[in-house]
Parts: sequence; C-alpha cells; structure tokens
Amino acid sequence: MAEVATLPEAIAGLVHNGDTVALEGFTHLIPFAAGHEVIRQGPSGLTLVRMTPDLLYDQMIGMGIAKKLVFSYGGNPGVGSLHRFRDAIENGWPGPLEIEEHSHAGMANRYAAAAAGLPFAVMRGYRGTDLMYRTRVEPITCPFTGEELVAVPALDLDVAIIHAQEADRGGNVQLWGIPGVQKEAVLGARRRLVTVERIVEELVPRPGGVVIPGWVIDAVAEAPGGAQPSYCLGTDVRDNDFYRFWDRLSRDRDEFRTWMEEHVLAEAGVR
Amino acid sequence: MSAPPNSAATRTSATADETQTIVAARLLREVRSVFIGVGRPSTAAILARELYNPDLILVYESGTIGATPRRVPLSIGDGELAETAATVVAVPEMFNYWIGPGRIDVAFLGAAQIDRFANLNSTVIGDYDRPKTRLPGAGGAPEIAAGCGDVVVIAPHSLRTFVERLDFRTTVGFGDGPGNRERLGLRGRGPSAVITDLGVLEPDPGTKELCLRRVHPGVEPEAVREATGWDLEIIEPLGRTEEPDGEELATLRKLLAR
Repeated sequence: MAEVATLPEAIAGLVHNGDTVALEGFTHLIPFAAGHEVIRQGPSGLTLVRMTPDLLYDQMIGMGIAKKLVFSYGGNPGVGSLHRFRDAIENGWPGPLEIEEHSHAGMANRYAAAAAGLPFAVMRGYRGTDLMYRTRVEPITCPFTGEELVAVPALDLDVAIIHAQEADRGGNVQLWGIPGVQKEAVLGARRRLVTVERIVEELVPRPGGVVIPGWVIDAVAEAPGGAQPSYCLGTDVRDNDFYRFWDRLSRDRDEFRTWMEEHVLAEAGVR
Repeated sequence: MSAPPNSAATRTSATADETQTIVAARLLREVRSVFIGVGRPSTAAILARELYNPDLILVYESGTIGATPRRVPLSIGDGELAETAATVVAVPEMFNYWIGPGRIDVAFLGAAQIDRFANLNSTVIGDYDRPKTRLPGAGGAPEIAAGCGDVVVIAPHSLRTFVERLDFRTTVGFGDGPGNRERLGLRGRGPSAVITDLGVLEPDPGTKELCLRRVHPGVEPEAVREATGWDLEIIEPLGRTEEPDGEELATLRKLLAR
C-alpha cells in the first residue's frame, strides 16, 4: 500500500546515488516538481530514462546529476534544441554524459517489456537505420513465420516517478488525458512514486481514466501544479511561453545556473 | 488594425513558406488519415481539414487520434488535442496497434538532412561520437516511415539539407535503392513526395531516386538544382505548382493568427 508522504520525504526514501530513474509523462503530466526535488537533494551518478528528455532533463543534466541518459527524442517540443542536453553531449559540460538512444517505438516497447517482466520486446523497426549499430537492439527471427524482426531489451528501472491528477488516501491513483507510458513505467520499476495535484476522499471514474492501484506504488506525494510548465489536463495549461523562454535562457551556462539557483535550489523544503 | 504594407497578412501572393504549407495541405484532399508532428506538417493538416477534407483524421504521436484542433498546437501534447480527440491512447499502443500495422495512410516528416533515396537524418551532424551538432534524435520517425502507407517529407530546400551523403541514417526512405524496403521488411510504400519551399520532388518509379517534379511559382529549375547536393534530375515536362488562390491564403493566414 502506498504511503502518503511529503515530496522531500518520498524522494529521500526512494532515489539513491547511482540509481536508474525514469520520470515519465509524454508532454502532459511531466513530473517537474519531483524532478526539482531530486535536483535539490542532489543524488549523484543517476542514469536518467525518458522518451522525451524535455526541459526537466535539460535542467537535471545541466545541474550535473546524470551520468547517463536513455532517450528517444531530445528536443524542446515545437521550439528547437535542448541546450543543456546539447552542451553535455557536444562539449561534456558540466561533465561527460553517456547516451543510449532509441526510437520512440523502441523505448515504448522497452517500457512495456519491463512492465510485463519480460527480458525483451519484439518489434518491427530499426532495420536499415544507423541506430542498429549504435544502440541496444538485436535482430531476431520469428520462430513461427521466419520474419526478421528486432528485439529491444526491457528497461531495468530502479525508480519510476510520474505525476497524476489525483489519489485517494489509500494511495490509489487516477490520471486522465494523454497517458504516455506512465503506467508501463510504474509497473516496470522496483520503486514507484506518484505526485498528484490533490488527495481526494474517493476516486471518481473519468472517461479515459487510468487507475493505478496503491498496492503497486510505494509513495504518493501531493504536489499541486507539479507538472508545470508542462500541464495537467483539467487543472492547468501548458506554459508555452516558458518553453520559448527556456530556449533563450538555457543557451548560456551562467544564466542557466543562476536561474536554477534562484528558482529551484532556493525552494528547498517547500511543499 | 493596420498591418505594414508588405507583411504576409496583406500580400496578395503567397510567400514561399505559405506555398509549401498549402501544397502539403492539397496532398491530403483524398486521404483518410494523416500522421503529423508539430510545425508546418500540423499547420498543413489542419488547413486541409478546413479547406478540402473535413473528415481527415489527424493522428499525433502523443496518442491523440481524430483530434479537431482549431489552432496550430505548439506541442503534440497540447490539451486541445487530447480534449477534441476521438480517442487517446498510450504510446506503446500508438506504435504497436496503430502505426506498425499500417493503419495510417500518410505521414508527414521533417529532417535535418535528406539524401537522394529520401533517407532522413535527425540524429547528428558530424561524427556520432564527437558531433558538431547534436540533433534531437529519432523520435517516432523510423517506425512511422516504415509503417505508414505513404511518407511525405517537408523540408527547407538548401545544400545543408539536401545532401549527397547523410551523416547518420535515422530513418529509411528507399534505403540503398530499388527493392531495399522490401528486403528490410518495411511495409509502407515509402516516400511519395518531398515538399520544399522551392518545389516538389518525387521518387522515380524505377530508380527510386528523388527527381524534380514541380517548381513553385517564380522558381527556376536551375535554382532547385543548385540547392540540391546531388545531380538532381528533372522530370520532363516539368510541372508548375498552381498558385495558391485567395481562399487558400486567407484560410491559412486566419489559422496562423488564431
């Protein structure tokens, strides 16, 4: 049964040095508040996993807490580059960043295999691309038809963190809107944290609602507005201006550091 | 409100960018479903719904199927897409149940580099291990290009983009040439057109090499050849893009102003 905790308690209990951590949410429900708390607590040597690193991983990479990034699309959606991500790969700042990249289909299948407890997933894809030679994917022959397919390894996640609209006091969670790969991330990880907009007395079923029972979650923490500057359907909207602002601000290392110190590090202990 | 005399909103003829978007939208007249990312592909598809094909099904990789946005979204996950969609699915379902089996008729893709066989690079400029420019990466493109019925590439026409040799092959168009898609087991038909700000390229049915099919109004074929990194062949007789009409232009400008 999930324990209802404060965000700092939950992060301290679940995220450790050297962990492989996925903070998921596909443009919607990106767990920014949780990621910022990880930055404040400053574990070292994390392997960060996310289909779309987005601004959150740009911030985490720029603050130097990642040694490796596993991803499939490292852009600022609709705007352009992620400058901290690029600076880390192109120039090794603030330190070397190992990368392992896939296609979206590959990452989605790696999550699904982890959730299923299988060692790999089988799919059509990668064949004929240079990704074949640069990432963890192997040819495999269908034992029934002889078709040439590929296998991608299940993700091996220590921790999954997602954000949702609501949870009840038993830690049962409901999210709705674009569901991304959050359910797969939670079911595929050894330790699971869900931040929510609000704790409610009772979950009322929603159209398209994804309910994750509290007994497959370790901790639930309230974090209102915790998906901003991404968004939480029904609560707030995507702050597109911030995504554009980040494109300008994050180009400069010093401006980036100053902004993070003022807006993330200085917030210690709130919520 | 008065706009400056030469701004896009008051010009009576289309800019190169507007023509590119309208040409892309026209391709969707008879199509049931289109897979799109943000930017110009999204604008073109929403425009096609408003102008020619109100039943066109828009599919975004964020999982929204059948969205009916009134504005061009900045991100594929914008709330309006989820709120107006016929159904919203998880990412594994999107790739495994919808894209992979070939349920989507046309996909619009962009790229930083494209070669003569319409293979695409969106991964890296320069050496992979020591990149000059690290690009965002594959995203959904490889499997979208493998599985969707037809692929339409939308790209700015320049020597930087239309290259003799890709720095990285992220997405397969026709691979090494005729028969390669079949050997790789890719089920979609592959690229059917490349729409640029100068004209439209199409693959030669035999060689699968991209050739110049049409030029946009006011563009000379030699200018297209000069902006292409390989010896671009011209399909004779060379076509000319029909000038965007008043309704097309007005609808596009209204859409972008929302």
